[in-house]
Amino acid sequence: MEYNNIITHPKFIKEGKTVAFSDEIMAKVQSLIRRYPDGQQKSALLPVLHIAQEELGGFLSVDVMDYVASLLGIQPIEVYEVATFYSMFYLDKMGKYVIEVCRTGPCAISGGEQILAHLQDVLEIKPGETTSDGIFSLKEVECLGSCGTGPVMQVNTEYYEKLTPGKVDKLLEDLREYVNRDKQGDSSWAENFC
Amino acid sequence: MGRKLLLANIDVPGIRGFDAYRAHGGYAAVEKALRGMSVSEVSAEVNRSGLRGRGGAGFPTGLKWSFLDRKSDKPRYLVCNADESEPGTFKDRYLMHHLPHLLIEGLIISSYALGVNTCYIYIRGEFKYIVGILERAIREAHQHGFLGENILGTGFSLNIYVHPGAGAYICGEETALLESLEGKRGNPRIKPPFPAFKGLYGCPTVVNNVETLATVVPIINMGGDEYARIGRGKSTGTKLISASGNINNPGVFEIEMGLPVEDFIYAPEYCGGIANEKYLKAVIPGGSSVPILPADLMLNTAKGEKRLMTYESLADGDFVSGTMLGSGGFIVYDEDQCIVRNTLNLTHFYRHESCGQCSPCREGTSWMEKVLYRLEHGEGKMSDIDLLVRVAKNIEGNTICPLGDAAAWPVASAIRHFRGEFEYHVKHPEVVKNVHHGALKIEKESLIPDSGTGVNYW
Amino acid sequence: MIKVTIDNIPVEVEDGTTILQAARQIGGKVVPPAMCYYSKLKGSGGKCRTCLVKVAQGSAKDPRPMPKLVASCSTPVQDGMVVQNLTSPEVREARKAIVEFLLLNHPLDCPVCDQAGECDLQDLSFGYGMEETTTDFERREYPVIDIGDKIKLHMNRCILCYRCVYFADQLTDKRMHGVLFRGDVSEISTFVQNAVTNEFSGNVIDVCPVGALTDKTFRFKSRVWFLKPMNAHRECSICSGKVAAWMFGNEIYRITARKDEFGEVEEFICNECRFEKKELTDWVIEGPRHIKRQSVISANHYEERKEQSIIDPIAGTMTEVE
Repeated sequence: MEYNNIITHPKFIKEGKTVAFSDEIMAKVQSLIRRYPDGQQKSALLPVLHIAQEELGGFLSVDVMDYVASLLGIQPIEVYEVATFYSMFYLDKMGKYVIEVCRTGPCAISGGEQILAHLQDVLEIKPGETTSDGIFSLKEVECLGSCGTGPVMQVNTEYYEKLTPGKVDKLLEDLREYVNRDKQGDSSWAENFC
Repeated sequence: MGRKLLLANIDVPGIRGFDAYRAHGGYAAVEKALRGMSVSEVSAEVNRSGLRGRGGAGFPTGLKWSFLDRKSDKPRYLVCNADESEPGTFKDRYLMHHLPHLLIEGLIISSYALGVNTCYIYIRGEFKYIVGILERAIREAHQHGFLGENILGTGFSLNIYVHPGAGAYICGEETALLESLEGKRGNPRIKPPFPAFKGLYGCPTVVNNVETLATVVPIINMGGDEYARIGRGKSTGTKLISASGNINNPGVFEIEMGLPVEDFIYAPEYCGGIANEKYLKAVIPGGSSVPILPADLMLNTAKGEKRLMTYESLADGDFVSGTMLGSGGFIVYDEDQCIVRNTLNLTHFYRHESCGQCSPCREGTSWMEKVLYRLEHGEGKMSDIDLLVRVAKNIEGNTICPLGDAAAWPVASAIRHFRGEFEYHVKHPEVVKNVHHGALKIEKESLIPDSGTGVNYW
Repeated sequence: MIKVTIDNIPVEVEDGTTILQAARQIGGKVVPPAMCYYSKLKGSGGKCRTCLVKVAQGSAKDPRPMPKLVASCSTPVQDGMVVQNLTSPEVREARKAIVEFLLLNHPLDCPVCDQAGECDLQDLSFGYGMEETTTDFERREYPVIDIGDKIKLHMNRCILCYRCVYFADQLTDKRMHGVLFRGDVSEISTFVQNAVTNEFSGNVIDVCPVGALTDKTFRFKSRVWFLKPMNAHRECSICSGKVAAWMFGNEIYRITARKDEFGEVEEFICNECRFEKKELTDWVIEGPRHIKRQSVISANHYEERKEQSIIDPIAGTMTEVE
């Protein structure tokens, strides 16, 4: 929580790469758009951005956002405005596993601060950084809605609760193992919508 | 143990699925309402139940429904607010995780009463796995004829869709939620117009919390009058309380309104007392936005009456010596916790979650955080304490949405009740620089002695 | 028609009028200041909170006061409503607080800001602000960027009124800039380095209440109070061609739209008129514009002046007397 009064938001460059959903995902996206009334396809922006982030590289590049804008028939700036507002959308390349540690109130008084400190020690990175091998990114996040089972952290989309430094070590070990075996994560956003 | 209306069947194996839920009386309320009651009869039951919004504001649900513009020829919408992000609150997640069909059932009945054919559940994006649970429950309800066209042959049709957010506390505010549902930034709207007239896509809309909508099910099953008999005064029925912090049994508890706070904290079937045999220092009883109270004022009101878990009793003494029930996020602090550090922590939260639209909240929250940061790190001045009080007062009531108030109240109440701790931070910078928790151990002698119920607190 | 009373002055207005518009019908010092509201931009207002007023009586039917101060720009009047603006100490306190918030991270670089002299934030802080800075923290700093080849964006000075965003949304075909990120690090930007190219884009300079968006063709050319604003027009195929030409001697230093007494543009003008036509021969000069109120531009009296200014003892604002 150090302060820096110099605000430097990254400036993003359009690379002009062609990105597109697979036919299967596209069908899902089209069915999501149909959930909203005619002319309100912009409503599907958040769910579609979730899918885009997952399917098209793990973060929202300018090309991906422009692609989503064209799918929904809206201006690219409308997508940029939304993508920068919500904290679950990443604007930069992240590690394979994004570890998000809850830092708010109840977690902080039940050991959350120690868990974050431990992760920083073990991974040798600060919140907001990614390990050099590209496996882990560490983030501090606000209340994850799991205060009764704190301290809690979310790895990609899975919750890990009642953490202790020992449990964290074991988890990191398992995750490293999964990377070697190239394990697929939990169900994707697109699968969640039926 | 009090009566359980929502969580009665929580331990039934497979209750998350349709079959077990149905076998234990599930969807009986839908059958009762759609087959045997008129639209106005359903609303009347909800009115009589005295149900108040469980999301935090405690506004009477029946009254909110009555505001809906029924003259408009536009479609109406019911939006379920499942953007549970208030620190200390996790009841909706628990409910949706274990009893998704209870929410679906409540949504069907409420939609019937409101004349709604499309319903959206706006759920916070972090709860992605619950999106899957809800979608499965919706699919099952469709398969069994409780959703879709012509439900139970009554001619009533309803579709429910789950819509994920993407990480923004502010989207729990109902108009910010609607903006977000429309695919925009979660900036709260200027009111009026209210959602009941111009909500989603400019159409009449009702936004209700998950627990509120789920509670409609037992109300229809037992009747509004019977429901209103539970509880106390204007706080009727049962309430889910999310208990967290330094207690022996953190978790979600369904309590009858009117339970004494002391029982809730110390009874083994609820929080089970303070963990590690420590003393109770303070409680935030309604989610991080409500004022913090020291132990003595938490257990007994300033008038010396026992404080009860009701909207009225918790608010007794207003903000001088009272607090609010809010969303029921009950956070307990033991003697080792540092109030200054905790206030900084919560203020950081509000600064991070402010949408930045209106000036008092955008500038005020970050200002308060900076001042608290230097106080907590031993670089504060005595005048900082009054500065915080002034900034909090200037934010309060001057913002577009209640987030400004929510950010101001924790700071104002912490200073009101724990000014000594703030002053200690100024006077002993060397200590607070190194000791982050319990730097100021209140002398044991100053503890209020045993309350006579075998309970120690101070 | 609906009857309302603002600061003890009764006025009749049409149903659906906001308190601010009703006050503007009365005019003078009862008009609350508005930093974000712009009558020509739909959906604007409610954000800066400088126009907060007290509703002492909700309506004739329901005389209860409203529990909080309300934003006068977005609250519709009710029949029999009683509003207090300057007559309410609560309102003056709140407004002082809002000015403090707005200035908290403002760089106070008026000496090098092209907007100085015609800046709503300057007027506001002169009228309601404190004498001293109350913060001792470093101010927020953003890099200065160009949006388009003729427009400079100083995000440090921005108060996030959203006017320029609404303008681009409603009066140009393709919006290229918007509000990005959130909370105290929100910024107006194009995100990718797009230039804002629309032929009406220059109007964002006129709708900006502060010096966040300024005209690069006029950058550091002159202080506005040394210039004489003249009504001028030309045949233009894109806009009405009716502008204010800001002159020094026979030289045109800059072109802006004509603004009304509340600082709002009367007719939006095109970029060609604004940026390209700086020769005297381009324009038909009609005559000097009448500059009202407390403006330092009128204080430099290029025009015969009947009014003189005094300090209002209640509000501390400058006001005119005959």
